[in-house]
Amino acid sequence: MTVVLPQRSEPAPRRQVFVATAIAGAGISMMMAGMLAMWMKFRAAAPVRESSDGFYLIKDWLPEAIKIPEVAANTMFVTFFVACFMAQWAVYSARRDDARHRSMALGITAGVGVAIVNAQIAVWGQMGIGVRDGAYQSMFYAITGTMLVLVAVGIAFSAAAFFRSVGGRSDDVQVVSAHALYWYVLAGVNTALWFLVYVQK
Amino acid sequence: MTTIDTHASAPAGSARFGLAAAVANWVTSSDHKKIGRLMVGEALVAAVAAAVLGVLIGLERMGDGYSIFDGDAAPQLLALFRYLLVFGTLAPLALGIAVAVVPMQVGSRAISFPRLAQFGFWAWDLGSVMVIISIIGNGGPGGGNSDLVDMYLLGVALAAAGLAAAAVSVATTVLTSRAPGMGADDVPAFSWGSLVGSVTAVLTLPVTIGTVVYLYVDHTYARLAFGGNKAVADHLHFALTQPATFVFAAIAVAVLADIAPVTAGARQPLRAAVFAGVGLVSAGALGAVTQSQHVLSTDGSTGDTVSSALPYLIFNGLPVLGALVVLGASLFVLKVGKPKVSASFAFAFLGTGMVFVGMLGGMLQNIEAAGLAGTVFEEGATTYVVYGTVMVAVGALLHWAPKLWGVTVPQGKTLPLVGLVLLGTVLSSFPNYIVGFADQPADAADGGLFMYAPNSGTVGLWNGLTAVGHALVALSVLAVAGAIVSALRSGQRAGDDPWDGHTLEWAIPSPAPHDNFSALATVSSPEPVLDAKPKSEVPA
Repeated sequence: MTVVLPQRSEPAPRRQVFVATAIAGAGISMMMAGMLAMWMKFRAAAPVRESSDGFYLIKDWLPEAIKIPEVAANTMFVTFFVACFMAQWAVYSARRDDARHRSMALGITAGVGVAIVNAQIAVWGQMGIGVRDGAYQSMFYAITGTMLVLVAVGIAFSAAAFFRSVGGRSDDVQVVSAHALYWYVLAGVNTALWFLVYVQK
Repeated sequence: MTTIDTHASAPAGSARFGLAAAVANWVTSSDHKKIGRLMVGEALVAAVAAAVLGVLIGLERMGDGYSIFDGDAAPQLLALFRYLLVFGTLAPLALGIAVAVVPMQVGSRAISFPRLAQFGFWAWDLGSVMVIISIIGNGGPGGGNSDLVDMYLLGVALAAAGLAAAAVSVATTVLTSRAPGMGADDVPAFSWGSLVGSVTAVLTLPVTIGTVVYLYVDHTYARLAFGGNKAVADHLHFALTQPATFVFAAIAVAVLADIAPVTAGARQPLRAAVFAGVGLVSAGALGAVTQSQHVLSTDGSTGDTVSSALPYLIFNGLPVLGALVVLGASLFVLKVGKPKVSASFAFAFLGTGMVFVGMLGGMLQNIEAAGLAGTVFEEGATTYVVYGTVMVAVGALLHWAPKLWGVTVPQGKTLPLVGLVLLGTVLSSFPNYIVGFADQPADAADGGLFMYAPNSGTVGLWNGLTAVGHALVALSVLAVAGAIVSALRSGQRAGDDPWDGHTLEWAIPSPAPHDNFSALATVSSPEPVLDAKPKSEVPA
């Protein structure tokens, strides 16, 4: 039997890339939230010890010899928002079909992403810890390494959007918007990570 | 008005180029129906493998006078059994059917991001192969081969990432690729369940991946935070048990919600309640994201009891309520309609019933006073949920066989199997509920040998029954697969709308062509195909 149904021309595209990025972003947020929850759980379960000067009882979580390089960590924290700003500039330009500014903003976003990678490596280098040195160290590398992988994906996203822009895809507002959303997700996730891992330690 | 007549066949050619071309076509295909069928096919193979392992484990637990396995293998076999049940069978079965059917139901020519769905299948497949190889080679939780333990962890992460990728595809399809005029409240019940299940899967599977990242780094480099290979199973336990399993059960429950009105030949009058019920089942996802089962404790003060009761009821009670609502609504639509004998409905209804019993078990297991923690009671609940979902999936395959393969499987061959698989599911699960109360532990002892309850005589009998139940499930799945193959070989083609369907997939030819629809339909109700039929044929 052939069923007869009313027909319409092609439906308007419903922002597939943007929606998929939003769903994936929610998944990324849950992954990092889960990892941060485990971080807090292990930190809370750490035994208590006396501080080196004997005046305080502190959780034996962060080894006393380890110093968090706050300048590099805070710079990295701020840089995420710079990336968001640039990504939003790309959206602004894409909506106005301003190809030159759109491409420049996307390129700068990718560059800022590379700067974040550099900052993370600087943090690792200045801390001078090895992944095998202890429980804190292995968990620190696991969570910051995962964040770095997410940043690498963001750089790839920026690069792909950049080359599409340079290649003349003037109707790419959706992809550029999805790209900005991804960087917003990363900035949000990194804010939680920065506070729990670098500030609260 | 335009006739949707897309009898133009799918691109021919695979037969011309022989077997290699056909294999290449399947391996590289971005056709959602092929990707879905691959997932479902491999998930059913995993179901049979899990059932065979269940037989062996049941026999092993029968008595302490003999042992089938080397003592050290016990924890790994249990780990493989649990992986195959949840990540090997439950999740890909539910998602595979969603990948295959949802785009047709919502009136889309293709699944959103077909290459992502394809990647999802292959990532899950490769991850599962890595898990199986690592466990066979003495890896896995508690395994002695350190490299293969790492491989096990990578395999679990890859499989979870693959399932999440497929779920993103399904969810995006429902959200963005619906036919013109199809509002969110017009989405078919199965597509709604697929959306709910997929979104919750995307929210929960990454939590498992994050845990695996910690475990991998710790196991590979330090072994100080998580306790090395011995603790792998403990830290991943939350992902392989209730209520995390309910994430995928939500998709299974929605199959019943879709099949019931077609069987009744009537519109579902309680559609909103069905949608709410499916949504409630997914509340189990909260258990997966919090990596916890949430126990009802009555030992402390009244305030303590109340504070434990609230999360307990949300995590464990809401899914039970949701499944109950869908079961009730399905019976109600049968009452208002004129039901036909349908093997697909029988499988889906009884399967959802089994899932419901598993959910009830999950509730009981998490009452602290019942003393069931760490016993095989939990395994019983998991097998109820997983084998119940297998039953529902069989119902779904029989229902949508015309679109997936272009055939209808004769009911005479499949209806008798309903009883067999039901008996198998009950026998493989319910004895574990009983021996759970007899304190039979779920896990292997420190030395690697299974531990037995004090009265091993009676307990041994119940364990033997679980072995029989698993064997029946394995045989049933093989018999259903045989019935489908037999129908395919018979060459008898199905009509385009053999069940008098209500939703858009029944407006396209059987089997569904590569691009599903030659022209996009405009819909204005949840049952567009029913609306388009002559008034005399349309039930009230």
